[in-house]
Amino acid sequence: MNDTRVLDTSTGIPNGKLGMWVFLASEVMLFGGFISSYVILRTGSPYFSIPPREMLGVPLATLNTFVLITSSVTMVLALDAVQKGSVKGLVRYLSATLFLAFCFLGIKAYEYHHKWLEGITLTSGLFGSFYYTLTALHALHVIGGIVFISYLLAMALKGRYDSREHARVEYAGLYWHFVDLVWVVLFPIFYLL
Amino acid sequence: MSAERSNTKVYLGVFAALAFLTALTVWASYLDLGKGRNIALALAIAFFKVSLIAAFFMHLKSEKRAVHALFYGAALLALLLFLLVLPDLGLP
Repeated sequence: MNDTRVLDTSTGIPNGKLGMWVFLASEVMLFGGFISSYVILRTGSPYFSIPPREMLGVPLATLNTFVLITSSVTMVLALDAVQKGSVKGLVRYLSATLFLAFCFLGIKAYEYHHKWLEGITLTSGLFGSFYYTLTALHALHVIGGIVFISYLLAMALKGRYDSREHARVEYAGLYWHFVDLVWVVLFPIFYLL
Repeated sequence: MSAERSNTKVYLGVFAALAFLTALTVWASYLDLGKGRNIALALAIAFFKVSLIAAFFMHLKSEKRAVHALFYGAALLALLLFLLVLPDLGLP
């Protein structure tokens, strides 16, 4: 928890931060593997049929993209606040991030429900199975982020963070921005192309 | 480590750029540029947005070399995976 002050590692990077980056590097390969198999089948399979654009719900997905981008900003502002010593700001921005994360999941659930009713299901074809696999994998990451940020919020309310000790806020931020980054890639490949 | 200047204005600027690029990519997807060009444009915008998030929100810009090696290494391997599947698709 206090590893903002531990700088005597051989890389000069605190262990927690290095660990988070190693985890994110493995996540790049996880999503990279899924996305490349999506590209192969979408481009190469005669059985891959793309649903008409009206069924994809572009406006709602665009709104969700804005929600997630905004949550990334509130997360980085939370770190900015605690670095300046404002615990109040930290609590406020973490709460906003949590709220936006729940909004994202709510909109996603509404979208799933509608797509399912319109006939895009897990077994309706290759598009459906890739769409649900990848967006649900992403949604699981959002849920993971909600757990992490809730923990930070609880600790912040107990006064555990200040301008010197806030390493975990930074690590959670790295994770949350990565979740945003993945969505930035998923959004065009599933909705716009 | 946390010596990087906290810079609220920069974060808000990046946010504005990301919001603009999101609107731009949705708008561009309705243009009929030809399939190849539409895909290239959407991916170029996505790449630019990813770079902005990584550089400013994840502070990759001011990060140490070990972190650069880790993240760019993984990104390079993912790119290699894409390049290796291209011949299977009959693409160049």
